[in-house]
Amino acid sequence: MSLLEIKDLQATVGEKQILKGLNLTLRPGEVHAIMGPNGAGKSTLGYSLAGRDGYEVTGGSVTFDGKDLLEMDPSERANEGLFLAFQYPVEIPGVAGTTFLKHALNAKRRHHGEEELDGLEFVKFLRGKAKELGMNDEMLKRPVNVGFSGGEKKRNETLQMSVLEPKLAVLDETDSGLDIDALRVVADGVNRLRSPDRAILVITHYQRLLDYLVPDFVHVLADGKIVKSGDKSLALELEEKGYAEFVSAA
Amino acid sequence: MAATTETIEQVKELGGGDKYKHGFVTDIEMEFAPKGLNEDIVRFISAKKEEPEWLLEWRLKAFERWKTMPEPDWAKLDVPPIDYNDIYYFAAPKRDEDKPQSLDEVDPKLLETYAKLGIPLKEQEVLAGVAGAPTVAVDAVFDSVSVATTYRKTLEEKGIIFCSISEAVHTHPELVKKYLGSVVPYSDNKHACLNSAVFTDGSFVYIPKGVRCPMELSTYFRINAENTGQFERTLIVADEGSYVSYLEGCTAPQRDENQLHAAVVELVTLDDAEIKYSTVQNWYPGDEEGRGGIYNFVTKRGACRGRNSKISWTQVETGSAITWKYPSCILQGDNSVGEFYSVAITNNRQQADTGTKMIHLGKNTRSKIISKGISAGRSQQTYRGLVRMSPKAESARNYTQCDSLLIGDQCGAHTTPYIESRNASAKVEHEATTSKISEDQLFYCLQRGMSEEDAVSLIVNGFCKEVMQTLPMEFAVEAQKLIGISLEGSVG
Ligand SMILES: Nc1ncnc2c1ncn2[C@@H]1O[C@H](COP(=O)(O)OP(=O)(O)OP(=O)(O)O)[C@@H](O)[C@H]1O
Ligand SMILES: [Mg+2]
Repeated sequence: MSLLEIKDLQATVGEKQILKGLNLTLRPGEVHAIMGPNGAGKSTLGYSLAGRDGYEVTGGSVTFDGKDLLEMDPSERANEGLFLAFQYPVEIPGVAGTTFLKHALNAKRRHHGEEELDGLEFVKFLRGKAKELGMNDEMLKRPVNVGFSGGEKKRNETLQMSVLEPKLAVLDETDSGLDIDALRVVADGVNRLRSPDRAILVITHYQRLLDYLVPDFVHVLADGKIVKSGDKSLALELEEKGYAEFVSAA
Repeated sequence: MAATTETIEQVKELGGGDKYKHGFVTDIEMEFAPKGLNEDIVRFISAKKEEPEWLLEWRLKAFERWKTMPEPDWAKLDVPPIDYNDIYYFAAPKRDEDKPQSLDEVDPKLLETYAKLGIPLKEQEVLAGVAGAPTVAVDAVFDSVSVATTYRKTLEEKGIIFCSISEAVHTHPELVKKYLGSVVPYSDNKHACLNSAVFTDGSFVYIPKGVRCPMELSTYFRINAENTGQFERTLIVADEGSYVSYLEGCTAPQRDENQLHAAVVELVTLDDAEIKYSTVQNWYPGDEEGRGGIYNFVTKRGACRGRNSKISWTQVETGSAITWKYPSCILQGDNSVGEFYSVAITNNRQQADTGTKMIHLGKNTRSKIISKGISAGRSQQTYRGLVRMSPKAESARNYTQCDSLLIGDQCGAHTTPYIESRNASAKVEHEATTSKISEDQLFYCLQRGMSEEDAVSLIVNGFCKEVMQTLPMEFAVEAQKLIGISLEGSVG
């Protein structure tokens, strides 16, 4: 059975139609990459799946783990296991990273009828995860994303993902802004999360992430639709030729 | 119930006889005055309290003055006319049959809030004024009698006086006479005038020279009869080189049918002394349409009389329908320090006009103002602050930071700073920001699984962090929850 099944998805952002009948299916265990020109609708896809206000789905259907995703409110989608790593992670002044993640994890645990973790248990658990990503305690105490460098923000998104252990992770340009070492660390983090019951959807502009995070499928999103799908070699092909073929066709 | 009653009985016995030695119980046989305000009522109150002549005279002067004084009208508040003759000034406690007979008869909304704050059932009964419940949440603090004993003994050993003000009038008349009205004169403003004329009780604290009070003093510890919260009078004196931290109020909304509250708080620090005064105010704010709710007209002022002394106010104001409150510092002693940390939250139809005055008189005096105002619903909130550098305030400094956060687009936030500098070497710095709770932040939290309410609470707590950090630990955790609860229903 598929984990995520998007059928003929149409979405508008402020009157403007951005997604124009998008089809995509992810099975558990798979890694898919989406590439495509600026403004094609990649982030819009992520937001529409996550249920952001202002991203109005006007047609089509999305089934997530057997349930109607579009019926759920944003926090429900998250608690059911959908995680979006933001292209532009948001700063929350005054809220320590630890506090933020504790609220997030405990919300999920409550949703699934599990005991909440107390402060001490959580800090232990979080430290372990942070260490894997080369993040120290000082960074966890700092307010969420405030004053973080571009790369640190992306690392922080990866940390959140590994703490929340989603069923489906949508990574929106998590590789952009990373230096070569950080790219490696983040990719390792994502790879650790790969498992037969999880799927990952990576939105990226560059082949280099895909070197570490070898995808099972690569799709081209242009003008609000998936216009081509293939295996990892498609990414190499795009790197060489660009999107001219798809843009002119659109 | 039995356990609570027992605790109270035991606590009473500790003092020997029916009076708790440090004056924690004000157990006079009450007769009660009818509604209305006139000279007789003032005399009655004073007589009931067997007050000395000077205090009666003072009350009467205050009352005379009150009659001629106009209501303050400069605040950005819409205050309905108050019928002062429709108020009990020395009221009978409610008879048990008039009280809710059990929690089942209490407003479910109130109970919901208690549950969210994690308040135990027994204490809920106290707060909601259920028949048969004790008049104070003794067991909330005194979880065992031995704690109470230790507490009382420790204060006694250090020579600290902590009792009700009506008791202090008898046991320490020289101190009360010296300091009462010395910071907030009875003629200060209409509300302070009223309080001076009819105050029924409040706290008195004196910390002797060189003593560091080893625990937070809290109004919670003081056993009050009902209905004294309305015109409360507090006086705290920190003698040379002493320190005390005082907590007022509690996070749980108490049921109270008195609409008008006019409290006065006076603080005095002598050389090298420090008072830290923290308040959490969560009086009934009225319903969504603004019906009911407390009018909270408070005069709070501290005088740093001594050199190197310090007064620090922290307030978390979430309740009341109308708030009129400006905890202030008169920085008289050279090198003295005044601080004001404030979080004010208004939701629905609440109105708040709040801020501070820092009056720099001495050399090298310093003040710091951090104000965080959060407005939601259709509420209106004003920060009003005065910083005055007098001609002698050589090298004085003030730093003011005033941040407003708006939730939704039907509320109002206003900032009215007044700066008067008559000393060229004094420096005043003022920063102000106004922002909206951002859709980005909200969505980010939701995407991480948090509910909308949890997200708002988290973001707002982050916004207020600088102020919340100054709260004593006991208060901080509950106050954080309270912020979330006060803003429920403000988004979406
Ligand atoms: N709030 C908005 N109002 C109007 N148009 C919007 C809004 N948000 C996005 N758009 C438009 O929707 C289109 C798709 O944007 P989207 O962010 O999904 O692109 P993308 O594929 O992620 O691009 P990039 O590679 O640059 O990140 C763009 O033309 C963008 O300008
Ligand atoms: Mg994008």
